[in-house]
Amino acid sequence: MKPAPFAYHRPRSREEVDRLLAELGAEAKLLAGGQSLIPILNMRLAAPAHVVDLNFLEDEPAQPVARDGAVAFGPLVRMSAAERSPLVAERLPLLAAALPHVAHPAIRSRGTVTGSIAHADPAAELPAVMAVLEGEASVRGARGARTVPARDLFVAHLETSLEPDEWIDEVRLPAHERGAFEEFARRRGDYALCGVAAVPGALAFVGMGPVPIRLGPDDLGRLEPEDDIHATARYRLWLAERLARRAQESL
Amino acid sequence: MEVTLRVNGTVHPVEVEPRRLLSDVLRHGLGLTGTHVGCEHGVCGCCTVLVDGEPARSCLMLAVTADGADIRTVEGLAAPGGELHPLQEAFRRHHGLQCGFCTPGFLMTALPIYREAEHMGDDELREALGGQLCRCTGYVGIVAAVRAAAAIERERGG
Repeated sequence: MKPAPFAYHRPRSREEVDRLLAELGAEAKLLAGGQSLIPILNMRLAAPAHVVDLNFLEDEPAQPVARDGAVAFGPLVRMSAAERSPLVAERLPLLAAALPHVAHPAIRSRGTVTGSIAHADPAAELPAVMAVLEGEASVRGARGARTVPARDLFVAHLETSLEPDEWIDEVRLPAHERGAFEEFARRRGDYALCGVAAVPGALAFVGMGPVPIRLGPDDLGRLEPEDDIHATARYRLWLAERLARRAQESL
Repeated sequence: MEVTLRVNGTVHPVEVEPRRLLSDVLRHGLGLTGTHVGCEHGVCGCCTVLVDGEPARSCLMLAVTADGADIRTVEGLAAPGGELHPLQEAFRRHHGLQCGFCTPGFLMTALPIYREAEHMGDDELREALGGQLCRCTGYVGIVAAVRAAAAIERERGG
């Protein structure tokens, strides 16, 4: 339960991260909050040759900021900061409802909003929030910058459409009036067997496929979860219907 | 590489391999074995310490990332003369521990919130402590202890 050896890099600026990734590519893993990466390293499910620690980037915002009808999260905005942010409470009620479901306070104090979305775990809450709100990721690298909408970001389980030399330096979530989040987990704080992020007219499901599944409220028949060790597909569908109803009723 | 850890107010320059976890550096590098290591993947909560005032899993943080941070561990709770911190005293009075393995994690998780805890509802307080696992107590004594700590502090005139 200890990470395998790696070379450690401590960039001070976003440009320096670009240069490191241009050089190291797929051999490198970015470390922000580390609340998903470090367990993976501890269990040696991954053993990257290089770890690029973003925690020493200079002049990075610790708080979310308002931008063009959206709220923007830099790479070092912790989930705990988002949870306490008046801007999030006022403009992103869905995110405010979802954050308390993410693990526990001692995880959210380190874990970042952008990191959770970049990790693209379909069993995690924030990718579903990103999907249902049709947020966008600001993606950059030594070759340039681009904006990737949520629908083009999540490709497969733990996989985004980013190239090995690219990274996400900001996630933007559109401001909205109403949002609701519901999930069912065996123990509070565990990964949910099923979860749903809801805004008027759209839902996005957690744990129901290889990516967050965004659907209209009448399209639940298109859900195709799989059986696994934690729950059967049938049980997940049963949960999805009830959680979707509950979320929509509380909108 | 050389990093500087400020632990319970004392500055420690330490030489660490980048892959070393903060929990291991505290225990093996600095001899602060009060921080316990259970699951080493963030589930049990026994290794929780305060990093810049907020509870964090020391098994989910590289020591190199903690370079320059202000860290508090359970060793920093009791007074230098040995008098227990009000939170520790509350755990003793309310049977908030049996084997004691999870206790350092509970204490450090409760430390930033115990003054508000006496006014928290059950759900809110259990939510705040919910990231910590205890196999002995059934949690009732722990919740009662955290809620009682502020009153013990007042008794002492603290």
